[in-house]
Amino acid sequence: MSLFSKKNMVFVKDPLMDNNPISTQVLGICSALAVTVQLQTAIVMSIAVIAVLSISNVMISLVRNKVPSNIRIIVELAIIATLVILVDQILKAYLYDISKQLSVFVGLIITNCIVLGRAEAFALQNKPWPSFLDGVGNGLGYSVILIAVAFGREILGSGTLFGFQLIPDAAYAAGYQNMGLMVLAPGAFILLGLIIWVQRTITGVSE
Amino acid sequence: MASKPRITKAFTLGFAAAVTMVCSILLASAATLLKERQDQNVQLDIKYNILSVLALADSKDVAPEVLLSLYDEKVTSFVVDTLGNPVSGREAADIDPKKEPELLPVFARQEGGTISAYCIPTQGKALWSTVKGYIALENDLNTIKGITFYSHGETPGLGGEIEKDWFTDLFKGKTILNAAGEVVSVEIVKGKVRPDEPHPEHKVDGISGSTLTGKGLNQFIKETLERYEPYFKTVRGEAS
Repeated sequence: MSLFSKKNMVFVKDPLMDNNPISTQVLGICSALAVTVQLQTAIVMSIAVIAVLSISNVMISLVRNKVPSNIRIIVELAIIATLVILVDQILKAYLYDISKQLSVFVGLIITNCIVLGRAEAFALQNKPWPSFLDGVGNGLGYSVILIAVAFGREILGSGTLFGFQLIPDAAYAAGYQNMGLMVLAPGAFILLGLIIWVQRTITGVSE
Repeated sequence: MASKPRITKAFTLGFAAAVTMVCSILLASAATLLKERQDQNVQLDIKYNILSVLALADSKDVAPEVLLSLYDEKVTSFVVDTLGNPVSGREAADIDPKKEPELLPVFARQEGGTISAYCIPTQGKALWSTVKGYIALENDLNTIKGITFYSHGETPGLGGEIEKDWFTDLFKGKTILNAAGEVVSVEIVKGKVRPDEPHPEHKVDGISGSTLTGKGLNQFIKETLERYEPYFKTVRGEAS
């Protein structure tokens, strides 16, 4: 069986749309609200989550037949926490300004239900390669929503994308104003709600 | 995961120990390897903040070396005590205001041997968090040259606006001394400073929705200025 066979690619594609961790399973909402004021922070956060999720899935999958079931959760958390702290340290060393903006939210990836959820639901029952793909897929699914929300919030709330001003000064002179609501958490809630609505209409998922 | 072999307590303990060992070795080595770079970033950030409040730099988009050499060339730092006497043998950058509140670091902008502006660190409680920043004064030690808040945990969009240029620019040109030469500091008022208000030179427009953040700032900025006043007095005395 080839590594990128149709059967394997389902693990990546499924969480992007039909089984999206944020919009379908409604996990990881806290960070989706907190780090989406700007695109740049949202993208760095997405990369961090993809890295943690895929590596933790592989590591947990590697030890899945050895780990004693009574300390299973502790072992999973130790692995996840180690990876998160590593990511945090690397960000502090190489992307200092962004890590200052992300502040505690990198550390809070540890408590992101998506990571432990995938470890429990997938990596414990599957081989390392499918687990890796599942981690990448769920990380990407998380990223897609995060980036969509951040795009809306930055352009509506600050009139910029990646910090570059997009709304021309002429528009401000004519009375256009940035939407202050979008900078605050309720703005993210509203956008997230709209995205979930659109996405569930397309996929036909209902509770 | 059907029939697994029975797991003994010893195996469980051993497994836990192995996982802990591997994780701690990984983390310890990463922390050690990256420490130098992280410290450099922190130092660079502090120096950038000092440069920007002294109006020497306005963007971090330049090479770190440029900022550092600018800092070395233009900024001189020293330490004084709360009575205004110089303290020798201490680096201004090493002072922790929490541990040594009686030592006051001063960062000064030097131009051709004379000091053209002074920058002092300030910090204190606002609404939710400890706000840290720098205040720069012109060499009359009365006019505010600039102010910056680089670390805070206030509400984004409300109190968090204190870090934005539009707010900090309001402080420029305000004065901290009254006619009698006493420290009155600057006050962030509620709403806009009305033109008929007395002493608009000591007042700054407030941010709507963050009155309490403003109150915190008023308090700790005044405290900081009062603590430095004995030193500032001696400098002003020498100049006149």
